[in-house]
Amino acid sequence: MTRSFDVHRVRADFPILNLHVNGHPLTYLDNAATSQKPRTVLQALNNYYEQQNGNIHRGVHYLSQIATDAYDRARERVAHFLGVADPREIIFVRGATEGLNLVAHGLGEILLKPGDEILLTRMEHHANIVPWQIAAQRRGAKIVVADVTPEGTLDLEDFYRKLNPHTRVVGLVHASNALGTINPVEEIIRHAREVGAVVVLDGCQSAPHFPVNIPKLGCDFFVFSGHKVCGPTGIGVLWGKSDWLDRLPPYQTGGDMIAKVSFERGTTFREAPEKFEAGTPDIAGAIGLGAALDYLETLGADNLVTAEKALLDHVTPQLREVPGLKIIGDTKHKTSIVSFTLDGVHPHDIGTILDNDGIAVRAGHHCAQPLMDYYKIPGTARASFAFYNTTQEADALVASVRKISKMFA
Amino acid sequence: MSELSDLYQEIILDHNKRPRNFREIPSCTCVAEGNNPLCGDEVKVFVQLESEKITDVAFSGHGCAISRASASMMTAKTKGRTREEAREMSQAVRAMLLGPEVEPPRTLGDLVALSGVRKFPARIKCAVLPWHTLEAALDGESAVTTEE
Repeated sequence: MTRSFDVHRVRADFPILNLHVNGHPLTYLDNAATSQKPRTVLQALNNYYEQQNGNIHRGVHYLSQIATDAYDRARERVAHFLGVADPREIIFVRGATEGLNLVAHGLGEILLKPGDEILLTRMEHHANIVPWQIAAQRRGAKIVVADVTPEGTLDLEDFYRKLNPHTRVVGLVHASNALGTINPVEEIIRHAREVGAVVVLDGCQSAPHFPVNIPKLGCDFFVFSGHKVCGPTGIGVLWGKSDWLDRLPPYQTGGDMIAKVSFERGTTFREAPEKFEAGTPDIAGAIGLGAALDYLETLGADNLVTAEKALLDHVTPQLREVPGLKIIGDTKHKTSIVSFTLDGVHPHDIGTILDNDGIAVRAGHHCAQPLMDYYKIPGTARASFAFYNTTQEADALVASVRKISKMFA
Repeated sequence: MSELSDLYQEIILDHNKRPRNFREIPSCTCVAEGNNPLCGDEVKVFVQLESEKITDVAFSGHGCAISRASASMMTAKTKGRTREEAREMSQAVRAMLLGPEVEPPRTLGDLVALSGVRKFPARIKCAVLPWHTLEAALDGESAVTTEE
């Protein structure tokens, strides 16, 4: 049972939403870039530094013990959030980018051989492109790119044509950060497994918006960033199947990841997750992330999905009617992202003018240049909604966009 | 609203909509490409120099209204000038956008409209990029990156 969803009560949990920007109440519609933080997360961070700060896994003293316990609980919290039974499969990283670099580097070392193929899609974020390009270069493997359709969905026919026994890795975005499109990942993963490919899912835009159950998805790796699920910046999660984590080499080395270090007898490593968490991790960040996931659970995942869907359904038809406006990625199955262009107006001008009205959106290529190239546009303006946004805020966006359309006409 | 209307003055909107000298000069004497990796603005500046005089200047590429208008006004203002005069003008524009706030020299004329970006720090680099690229072309460099 979850309590009923009252957006105004929810907004009261987010101190930053009271800000005024350029003389207007802040209308924060850049949630796909980073989400705002509820008070409970800020309190968890503060409480950690005021009451718990000690280094983990090394001291016998009181603070080291409680910090270790809190850090371990955060790991269990993340496992629960993803439907994962074994918390040791949860690796804390700096963000999704670091997670993807870790996996691409590791799979490059142990899996990729010359001639192997890495199948990516044209709607990947640069973070799920560049690490694979580097790995491919190092190992003589080849990047193959599956196309998208003009509507903004993955071209499945093209994808399956390019999926073959040489495909060793499939790198796939769960939901596109530039379009909002939710990919049919379960079906894709099934097909990928048939050819023996390892599937790496980028969950940056799925984890914040709808429930993710990893065993049900059947992927091999999954990453997401803490700061997009109402958690702090600097903390992210890599989940990997334990047999992969056993085989992957360490990514960074140093303290805390070793079993024994010796100049004479060589050095041995601990097992996952410690093997991948060299040095003092972002303890406060992990604890803050745990608090964020607690907060989202209290609100109820279904309530959040419903609220965001209502906002998307409210704003999309209104934006479609603005003269010269084109929605990029106008698909049925999407997260609460509206990416759009306005004839004769560069996205950065849209962004600047909206900001003048207190409205925060992202303008640009969204770290998805290959996708922008496909649509032959320099970028888009992207409004991305979160459950704490209101229909009034959506209306304010539409009014400002209408004004811009007139101004540049 | 007034800071915004300082930024998007009529003349800026006009040059954005109908950019002057928005074309390529295939076999010109100097050419340089400028890009701003942060926002993806790209501009290519073509200069035809004949015994130190700019007989033709044009630009291509894509960018926001500010960078497009800046490039368009730049070509209109520098055509017919000497290399040295164009350099001086470019330095005066950059000083107006990036330096301490002082009354801009009268010689800049319409270009003063660009000073509206001063209130929008994130957009200053958009106005500067074409000038930076022009200077590179005049100096015989082929590529510049602007993140100032």
